[in-house]
Amino acid sequence: MPDSTPTIDAETPELVTAVSDNIILTAEHITQIYPGTVALDDVTFNVRQGKVNVLIGENGAGKSTLMKILAGVQMPTSGKILLDGKEIKPRSPLEANSLGIGMVFQELNLCDNLSVVDNIFLARETTQRNGLISRKIQKERATELLQKLEQKIDPDELVSNLRIGEQQIVEIAKALAQEVRILIMDEPTSALSATEVEVLFRVIYELKSSGVAIIYISHKLEELMQIGDYVTILRDGRKVAEEEIKNVTLTWMIEKMVGRNPATLFTHKKHELGDVLLKAENLTLPRAGGGYLLDHVSFELRQGEVLGFYGLMGAGRSDLLECLTGARPQATGDVWLNGQPVTETTISGRIRSGFVLVPEDRQRDGIVPTLSVMDNMLLASLRKYLKGGFLAPSEEKSATNSQIKNLSIRVANSQQPITALSGGNQQKVVVAKGLLTHPKVLLLDEPTRGIDVGAKSEISEIINQLAEQKYGVIFVSSELKEILAMSDRILVMSKGKITGEFTHQEATEEKLVAASAIGHGPSNGGNQHES
Amino acid sequence: MSHENNPNTATINKKRSITKIDVQQFLLRGRAFIALILVTAVFAFLSPQFLTTANLVIMSKHVAINAILAIGMTFVILTAGIDLSVGSIVGMVAMIAGLLINEGIILPQLGIIIYPHTWTILLIALAVGTFAGTISGYIITRFNVAPFIATLGMLYVARGIAGLLNNGYTFPNLVGRSEYGNTGFEILGAGNFLGVNYSIWFMLGITLFAHIITKRTPFGRHVYAIGGNERAAELSGVRVSRTKILVYSISGFCAALVGLIIASQLVAAHPLTGNTFELNAIAAVVLGGTSLAGGRGNMGGTLIGAFVIGVLNDGLVMMGVSSFWQQVIKGAVIVLAVIIDQVQARMQERIALQKQQEIQE
Repeated sequence: MPDSTPTIDAETPELVTAVSDNIILTAEHITQIYPGTVALDDVTFNVRQGKVNVLIGENGAGKSTLMKILAGVQMPTSGKILLDGKEIKPRSPLEANSLGIGMVFQELNLCDNLSVVDNIFLARETTQRNGLISRKIQKERATELLQKLEQKIDPDELVSNLRIGEQQIVEIAKALAQEVRILIMDEPTSALSATEVEVLFRVIYELKSSGVAIIYISHKLEELMQIGDYVTILRDGRKVAEEEIKNVTLTWMIEKMVGRNPATLFTHKKHELGDVLLKAENLTLPRAGGGYLLDHVSFELRQGEVLGFYGLMGAGRSDLLECLTGARPQATGDVWLNGQPVTETTISGRIRSGFVLVPEDRQRDGIVPTLSVMDNMLLASLRKYLKGGFLAPSEEKSATNSQIKNLSIRVANSQQPITALSGGNQQKVVVAKGLLTHPKVLLLDEPTRGIDVGAKSEISEIINQLAEQKYGVIFVSSELKEILAMSDRILVMSKGKITGEFTHQEATEEKLVAASAIGHGPSNGGNQHES
Repeated sequence: MSHENNPNTATINKKRSITKIDVQQFLLRGRAFIALILVTAVFAFLSPQFLTTANLVIMSKHVAINAILAIGMTFVILTAGIDLSVGSIVGMVAMIAGLLINEGIILPQLGIIIYPHTWTILLIALAVGTFAGTISGYIITRFNVAPFIATLGMLYVARGIAGLLNNGYTFPNLVGRSEYGNTGFEILGAGNFLGVNYSIWFMLGITLFAHIITKRTPFGRHVYAIGGNERAAELSGVRVSRTKILVYSISGFCAALVGLIIASQLVAAHPLTGNTFELNAIAAVVLGGTSLAGGRGNMGGTLIGAFVIGVLNDGLVMMGVSSFWQQVIKGAVIVLAVIIDQVQARMQERIALQKQQEIQE
């Protein structure tokens, strides 16, 4: 969709040249192709010395991929990285490190079974002449770092005994211990409380003044306005804007992130709504260690309705779907289907009742990589093809072929291994697997994640068809334009609660983002994250 | 990945490497069968008696023991599990059969001894073996214990029970007495049908049955799915725990059958019967192309794998190779089998990626 947003592509070359003498690192024309999708498409990213370089974009826009390339976790398909004007090719995090690039990973990369000190110095141990680790020096250094971060963490404590927030601090300390010139921070504050965030920001200011370039990724836009100097915005694997933070507003950033023309990809058809199909009341799921993943959630779904759930990561949307599908035995609450209470508690029982889940993580939860396309597709509905106690190959084939045709799945033949298909086609097989159980309610968790644009619009078309066939569709997405375009009604979740409800007509990006941030603002702190 | 830059060389490279890969894949897939032909040819060349009917029949009888265990083991390994207890269950079941035939069921309170009918004895023995497997499966699924540990525990427990049943002594002469109605146990081991020993029929029957179960029933499909991706199977409504318990029950049942066959062939039950048989069974399964990581493999392969091990065993004995060298060779073959297993897995991945690229182009 290069032509749909002409205004955005008008870059600001004057700006770039004006400050180019400060540029320490440039990722030039980076393209990263994964099987089935283009994660980064010709992205150029500038990192300025002594500044906080913010990178934002929706989930799947390519931020984490770009950072992994800079940190040496993976090599790009094409493009080059220039450090001080010289090309570098970091092949491993250790190599990137020796070049002065460090990273605080979003998913905490700590070894639970080791102490705080051991983690901070992992693979960079300070050794004495005899080859043994100099524990004393390491411990002093670690204590110093933790003091700088104003944390009362015992360096000898096992990481597994720390709170998530403390673990994130350790992760940050680990990066600081490396004395890098460029520090990448991927969502460093997601588990931190408000006071901890303030401390982190003080540390960042200190690093800035000593000339370290910070690359900062976060979904918390207010936070970025506070800490950032420059912002680069990615969308669908392309760079759409690069600006100085002082010149921009929050709304401008959201606009750039989500794009202005969602209508081209996803078509919304007005669906005839039938009776109430599904009613859920007080769905509650306790979080291990206190609090709720789902906090008394109630809602209704009508026949032929596409109900979208929007929210940030960890808002409880996936947990909600997993509760409905019976994957969370510890969940409580009442569910009615067509007015009848659903008493089944197991996954197989819920599938028989008419629920089916298309899970978020296709590789982990969706496909069986060792099986063929056909065997994957039939896995949830095998009993339907029995003849005299045995599976009848003719029935299996006809069921498979009808789904391949209906969902236009591109396969050479149904006996192919599922792993030979592109991401989008694998996803269609998972959807087909669900449809073959003859469900009443389809639960789609990020059904378009990690697949290319064409496949996305095909999946959205399939969802429309299903709604027309009077299925009830619940559909979770983190992509604003997708959820806005496709849903008849949108519920927004934050911290396990429903914090907003909008009809298709009412909903706007701003409203959804605002509702998804309830309880997340910097002022009232992330304290609920703790414990 | 780097192909994108230069499409021309990429295509040429691919054409060439695909033919190479096809050959390699064929060799890897058919590796058990090729190995079987190879070892048979070598022994036939070295020893003129090797390919005689008499020898082949004796060899098949030996193979049957391992093959039946290996079929049960294949179910377990397909779910990415392992069953170390089968050898011990063989011994325990043999001892139970011996006890029931020679001493009957003693009820001290009533002061009587019941001698069950031979058929009843067989059923009880099979039930005990199956139950032992079920217990392993239950422990694995209910308490989330690693299969290796759970079945290692059962290995010791079952072997201990086998010793306890007669204080470590053998039950000799298991012929029964006609006045007790428990004769005929030896027929199981010695009897023939169409001139072929029962144990060989059992082997063929069980392999065929297992083949049909795995390929043509939902249970079989579930076994493969669990081994390939347990979470995905569970979210698809597969009753994972139930299926897993069942595979260990099947393995226990096969072990029990082997215990009965051996006791019957020897007309005696020794508490060490079946010692280390589990290792031969695992070797046969892996050699037959089943991945220890689960999800890949089939029963036909296992049967061939069992024959490879059997031919190797008997061939080396016939050649007069010292028993120490036999162990060295067998050990090397088992490790080699696992190396090949890993190579195949990596190859499969590469082929899948390559096919994917082809589809996209």
